[in-house]
Amino acid sequence: MNFLPVLLWTDLLIWLLVLLLVVAAIAARRNEPLRRGWAHVGRNRGGMAAATVLAVFFVVGLSDSVHFRSRIDGANGANGAMPANYAVEVRSLLDLSLGHLRNRPEKSYSEPLALRLYNKDLVQLPDGRQTRDYPRLRYGGSHLDEQGTERGADVAATLARALAAALLVWSACAALLTLGLSRRQGERLAASWRRIWGWECAAGESGESNFAWSAVLAALGGVLLVAAILIALSANYHAFGTDKVGQDVLYLALKSVRTALIIGLLTTLVLLPLAVTLGIMAGYFRSWVDDLVQYLYTTISSIPGVLLIAAAVLMMQVVIDSHPQWFATSAERADVRLLSLCLILGMTSWTSLCRLLRGETLKLSQLEFILAAHAFGLSHRRIIVRHILPNLMHIVLISLVMDFSQLVLAEAVLSYVGIGVDPSTISFGTMINSARMELAREPMVWWSLAAAFSFMFALVLSANLLADAVRDAFDPQIAGSS
Amino acid sequence: MMTASLLSVRDLRVDINRGRRRAPVVDGVSFDINEGETFAIVGESGCGKSMTALALMRLVPAAARLVSGSVHLAGRDLLELTEGGMREVRGRELAMIFQEPNTSLNPVLTVARQIGEVLERQGGLRGNDARARTLALLDAVGIADAQRRLDEYPFQLSGGMKQRVMIAMALAGDPKMLIADEPTTALDVTIQAQILDLLRVLQRERRMGMLLISHDLGIVAEMAQRVAVMYAGEIVEVAGVTEFFAAPCHPYAKKLFAALPDISRRGALLETIPGQVPSVGDWPAGCRFAARCPAAFGLCRERAPEVVAISATHTVRCHLYAASETQQKPGSPRCARDDEAGVFAKSAATWQSSALVDGELDRHHESKQSVLDAVDLRMHFPIRGGLLKRTVGSVRAVDGVSLTLARGRTLALVGESGCGKTTVGKALLQLVGPGSGSIRLAGRELMGLSRREMRPLRRKIQMIFQDPFASLNPRMRVGEIISEGMAALQVVASASLRDQAVHALLAQVGLPAEAALRYPHEFSGGQRQRIAIARTLAVQPDVIVCDEPTSALDVSVQAQILNLLRELQERLDLSYLFITHNFAVVEYLAHEVAVMYLGRIVEFGSVADILRDPRHPYTVALLSAVPVPDPGQRRERLLLAGETPSPAHPPAGCHFHLRCAKVMDICRRQYPESTQLSASHRVSCHLFK
Repeated sequence: MNFLPVLLWTDLLIWLLVLLLVVAAIAARRNEPLRRGWAHVGRNRGGMAAATVLAVFFVVGLSDSVHFRSRIDGANGANGAMPANYAVEVRSLLDLSLGHLRNRPEKSYSEPLALRLYNKDLVQLPDGRQTRDYPRLRYGGSHLDEQGTERGADVAATLARALAAALLVWSACAALLTLGLSRRQGERLAASWRRIWGWECAAGESGESNFAWSAVLAALGGVLLVAAILIALSANYHAFGTDKVGQDVLYLALKSVRTALIIGLLTTLVLLPLAVTLGIMAGYFRSWVDDLVQYLYTTISSIPGVLLIAAAVLMMQVVIDSHPQWFATSAERADVRLLSLCLILGMTSWTSLCRLLRGETLKLSQLEFILAAHAFGLSHRRIIVRHILPNLMHIVLISLVMDFSQLVLAEAVLSYVGIGVDPSTISFGTMINSARMELAREPMVWWSLAAAFSFMFALVLSANLLADAVRDAFDPQIAGSS
Repeated sequence: MMTASLLSVRDLRVDINRGRRRAPVVDGVSFDINEGETFAIVGESGCGKSMTALALMRLVPAAARLVSGSVHLAGRDLLELTEGGMREVRGRELAMIFQEPNTSLNPVLTVARQIGEVLERQGGLRGNDARARTLALLDAVGIADAQRRLDEYPFQLSGGMKQRVMIAMALAGDPKMLIADEPTTALDVTIQAQILDLLRVLQRERRMGMLLISHDLGIVAEMAQRVAVMYAGEIVEVAGVTEFFAAPCHPYAKKLFAALPDISRRGALLETIPGQVPSVGDWPAGCRFAARCPAAFGLCRERAPEVVAISATHTVRCHLYAASETQQKPGSPRCARDDEAGVFAKSAATWQSSALVDGELDRHHESKQSVLDAVDLRMHFPIRGGLLKRTVGSVRAVDGVSLTLARGRTLALVGESGCGKTTVGKALLQLVGPGSGSIRLAGRELMGLSRREMRPLRRKIQMIFQDPFASLNPRMRVGEIISEGMAALQVVASASLRDQAVHALLAQVGLPAEAALRYPHEFSGGQRQRIAIARTLAVQPDVIVCDEPTSALDVSVQAQILNLLRELQERLDLSYLFITHNFAVVEYLAHEVAVMYLGRIVEFGSVADILRDPRHPYTVALLSAVPVPDPGQRRERLLLAGETPSPAHPPAGCHFHLRCAKVMDICRRQYPESTQLSASHRVSCHLFK
């Protein structure tokens, strides 16, 4: 084998989550009301566009969650007796596909699409004299001549090529989709095409046929365009510039996606069971259970959150540092710190959702359908599972997505204070944290903040839009009125 | 008359946004109101009554728009005024009272501040002048101890008192015209009687015009001089009150009368109007009532009818009365109540010699076998206070109630809100607790059973709730809702048999089988109540506690549900404990009646005993407070002063002595024992010792 697979804890959990989602999706397909609800989501154009963008982020994040160590003695270590040696560095599928970004470090800051460094440095002139000037980048625009006069033309040509490529791929996708749809519906290609764009409605259509394919295609077009431009430009340039140590900012931004997804998803995985069980129990059983839960969350939420997290993270750090033998690589160590951060964030942020659910449960359990359930002698467990929980799901869903964006932001704040993710972990937080210094210097370095901001913005916005669509579909009051 | 009228509305049209299109909610409404006249608009919910009132004040919600028409008040077109000019009119010339007193007062301002605000705006009164005027206003609306009330906050006032404060606020600007939008719907009958009386007196004193909006024909009969019936955004009939109640013309108006439950229809099916009011935006072309009209003919579905004058004061919007095209009409139209026989029986006899009832009651007598016995039932809820949540008092919601319910009979439990009647219902099902006393269901004691021990007995007793919008889980399909009880109580064990049972039950309550796959929000209020009934029937109970099952429904839908309940009782020999405040329903459905006041039963007897010969002063007052939908019967009411005291601090002695007209010395000291007046009639009052 030429590589050694490495299963980090967060990888395991995130793939488990994916498995869970797949199982849930299969279950939802079988369940008629759920299927109808999701079909309603599918008809929402904004929601489906957001889902497309989100899916791209997920692909990036998941491909960054398959880790391995490659073999260093490679081909010449062919004799089986020798134990194979593997690189200390843990890499992911994403690293593999972004090799050209990863392996072209510059010396320091450079602007997006720049040919020269952002700072003056000693430069050796061809005649041997030394002068202070902006040195040429090692990789950025290295195919151009010394003066870089034809950079504008080259960028324009690259953009045109990217545009053409994006159009080509998009047309291929659209054609495949049309073909697939027409095959399934047994109708002419032109009819399918017109129906995708909503120019023509098939007679007696329902559910799936109304799926907002047009929104998916439009979003896909946008994503493809951006991706094609970035890919084409980053072949010869640093599309988003480089940071202080010369790393490509585009690479950093892409790597940050995984950290954001993990913080957002795994934390909610910790927070959810706590908030839901305790909140429902407090609201449903009342009396001493309620007192207990209330005291618990009042106490937790009255301790300043950052302090609590700081204390927990520092303790965790001490444990990690004093047991180096637990970790084979630095990546594993950073990963455990990331996971513990998720746990700690989850343990401290369940209170608000719990309070919300308690209040709603109190209100629900006064309603007559709960009384009716009692009158039928249903067990407490059944009443909670069948009558209370489903009526809380829209609150859970909405607050989850709100939390997702807030957690991504919280990670940034915590990294700013220095108690966030491991410094070696690339995240939006660490990027923003370093941007603090970069914005203060003169001349200002704005691109790494801009990159982090636009990626985070796209991620959080699409999550929020999708959540809106989901809520519209599943909230009975809203679904009933439309 | 046209020129003399105080308020004149012509072709008023209000549109409301429905998704992307706009649809009319009020469509070409015209009427006139004279000085000192009460003009009533009646109709079911969703007909545009309230929107008409708001349009007159130019206060339509943001989603709606006043499209066209004119509103002339004392010769000025209100719709042409600027917003600033309209502000001068509101309160000073045109004032409004809203339905829900609890939400129409600002909870953080004292009474004096809220009324003072209006006074300052309208008359420029401030300080002591304003205070004196406020005091005078509160006196005028009959608030006792007005001096003290001035500085109280709305939460310290009872519902009736809040409505009085609202009326005082409306009067502060000395308006020429008062709009009352269901002013008593949220109040109890005795309080309703007080408020209606107050409105009548004030109107007479001040020569105000009044627009009264109501769904209750009884209130209209007592208050109005002229009546308009509204249906689907249009006024379909206008008439003087006596004319209207004697001879309504429009088929909708006739149906509204026929759907009213009362004694004369006992034992017979109530008339129902099939279907329901079409929702805004789905109003059919042609006559909007055609789809539900028994007399509809071809023309009704093609062309909207014009207004036809029957007499100088009576107009109707119906093709049946149009002069032309008589040849197409099925039979000749007649302005009369469909239930004329009933009216005569009622006015001639009422309860005095209702042989009908006696016969029916006798028929049931021999099979009187009790299924449910409650003895000395008490439900005291602790009031906790202080740091350690010690018990500092208790709310005696139910305080020694004894009931007997026989198989196949209906026992009505009547009383005003807060008297504990719903708690009795819940206690019988062991849904609240713990309490004391004894409840025996088919010979088994329920009190003190654990949840598990209670489960097998739950089959025998079930409940239908008041609000069909809250009693069905919105996340479950109708089929699941109905089969849940069967599964939990193992009435029908296998899932496939349950599906069959669900279809049978849906058929039994008059719903199609495919309803099982739909969600509750897809159904109207009446249909939801049918679903709730089907769910209850699923476990084949002997006793059903019906907690005001029709109070949230319109008259025509109420009739459907009452018919269904009566039919089911006959077929399945069910016993009902019918909790209600509506005496018309009691007359129609009940065999025995128990009257509750502040946690105790003050009078118990057969329906004839209670309604024909009420003895307890409270029962007498309660019955006389019920408005009767017959303007000929406007009678002097026994007005009850004050309001129901709090069950946390019941008065010493007889609970009713504070409001009783015949109070004696002993009443203040000692709670009266129950006195047996006849085999079926007992009363707790010192008068009958």
